[in-house]
Amino acid sequence: MTMIFGIPLQALLGQLLIGLINGSFYALLSLGLAIIFGLLRMINFAHGAQYMLGAFTAYLLLTFAGIGYWVALILAPVIVGVLGAVVERLFLRRLYDLDPLYGLLFTFGLALTLEGAFRYVYGASGQPYATPSALAGGTNLGFMFLPIYRGWVVVVSLVVCIATWFLIEKTKLGAYLRAATENATLVQAFGVNVPVLLTFTYGLGVALAAFAGVLAAPVYQVSPLMGSNIIIVVFAVVVVGGMGSIMGSIVTGYMLGIAEGLTKVFYPEASNIVIFVIMAIVLLIRPAGLFGREA
Amino acid sequence: MARSSSTAPAVLAGTDKADPAAASGFKLVLGVVALGVLLAVPFFVYPIFLMKVLCFALFACAFNVLLGYTGLLSFGHAAFFGGAAYFTAHVVKEWGFPPELGILTGVVGAAALGFVMGALAIRRQGIYFAMITLALSQMFFFFCLQAEFTKGEDGIQSVPRGHLLGLIDLNQPLAMYYTVAGTFLIGLFLIWRFVNSPFGMILKSIRENEARAISLGYSVQRYKLGAFVFSAAIAGLAGAMKALVFQFATLTDVAWQMSGEVILMTLLGGIGTMFGPIVGAGFIVALGNYLATTGFPVTIITGVVFMVCVLVFRRGIVGEFYASRLGRRLGLDHRH
Repeated sequence: MTMIFGIPLQALLGQLLIGLINGSFYALLSLGLAIIFGLLRMINFAHGAQYMLGAFTAYLLLTFAGIGYWVALILAPVIVGVLGAVVERLFLRRLYDLDPLYGLLFTFGLALTLEGAFRYVYGASGQPYATPSALAGGTNLGFMFLPIYRGWVVVVSLVVCIATWFLIEKTKLGAYLRAATENATLVQAFGVNVPVLLTFTYGLGVALAAFAGVLAAPVYQVSPLMGSNIIIVVFAVVVVGGMGSIMGSIVTGYMLGIAEGLTKVFYPEASNIVIFVIMAIVLLIRPAGLFGREA
Repeated sequence: MARSSSTAPAVLAGTDKADPAAASGFKLVLGVVALGVLLAVPFFVYPIFLMKVLCFALFACAFNVLLGYTGLLSFGHAAFFGGAAYFTAHVVKEWGFPPELGILTGVVGAAALGFVMGALAIRRQGIYFAMITLALSQMFFFFCLQAEFTKGEDGIQSVPRGHLLGLIDLNQPLAMYYTVAGTFLIGLFLIWRFVNSPFGMILKSIRENEARAISLGYSVQRYKLGAFVFSAAIAGLAGAMKALVFQFATLTDVAWQMSGEVILMTLLGGIGTMFGPIVGAGFIVALGNYLATTGFPVTIITGVVFMVCVLVFRRGIVGEFYASRLGRRLGLDHRH
């Protein structure tokens, strides 16, 4: 068996793949956070809960309507995104003139409520969600065994990340978004409906979280606590990357996922905290974050 | 007392103008009444519940030093509260420390932890500050989960209360209660001194306008760090007490939900008021106790209370009272 640094190559690649999968979720979630923060100047603490909501929507669609994975992959983010837009319209809108910390606190309360409600109904344990049959099984790449679904997660999340980057950096709509980030009043004066833009942006960010949740459903179980476990790590990812750049948050997400995977191979005890340690180091060396601008 | 009665007509006369004498008289009366209640209440209410309220009230007051008086939202205060509980429980149980030294260990440990976390967190501002403190406290949570001395999921159980100063047997519920009440008052006094000192004034100026404070030549970072360490130490005092009262220290106290709870207590009671966090803590602890008997999940209610507070009740209970007509007449509405 091939060995690298005294570790079997198989184990190394296996953990690398897990790291890449986690990195995909980190990237999707921190991307959504960065988009919302860019325009609304607010940290969406409910992001983890909305990721959980995406997974649960897929699960409920399957259980009660018999709607399978492929439709749910589109439908669940739309449903959760619309719910997010409603929340923005009804509540978040009232907080824009206040200190951004109130937005953080409101969405924190929202996250607690959502999680508490699902926990009340479904308990703390997870519900299984079957891998779609087209993506079941695995393939032997010669040097490692690759479960097809996991490969799919990595590929599709990369595609979605790049598509989102394209939407924001290269399209007309994205140009409006970026302009409104710089100076919302001026953009409004040019006749762009900024309030609708804000609602759309929040819905888009939330939909990305829900999309990640549907992707995650077959990998992990669908559990009420899946969101709060991941969101704090994603916050650290966001601190490391800085929220100034869309590409920055994508790259940082994958990088930190891989770093976490590799830590599991070489020093498993630290795998839970390695991202936080990296965050601390980045704060010492480059407080604005790897891709951030000084706020 | 004579002073307050002589100013009473001015209050009744209904001048909306603040009367400083009436205000200080009102505060004096309120203080005496509160002290009386604090002394008498264990004869009417279950002492363990009261001690829980006092521990959380002190915790919330310590948190408020940062949020209310310095404008820093820490989302990681559970690390100091729960960390101190672990330190105290460990030295008292395993090393046989007397309670007073155990509490001191908890406070020093929390302050040291606060120094490290604070030094990192103050490198960013606003929303990033909140996320960094949350991430660092989560790191501490994982440390507690894996470290040897915290006993993992079980926590440190059956911590002996011991004899305070070798004299007072803390296993007597009343002795324990008055110790907690005394410590609470000491902690409150320290906070009051701290926020009303020249140091505290500079903190307020940082809260109001950080750039201006920098331009006036204050090394803002050092003041922030000082406030952070002080707040962590008092939070540690509260956590150390809780470990002795309940005789255990577990992961619950270092989890992020606890950091959220203390924010809610402060928000509900009134950010930046001296007594708001105490009122908020009383409400939340009572709510938790009540809901525990019904089996309805506490997080749903706390989440809803959070959202309602942020949307329509940002001044909190005490803040609303200060801003009400009565509060204005009593000259209480001069939020620093």
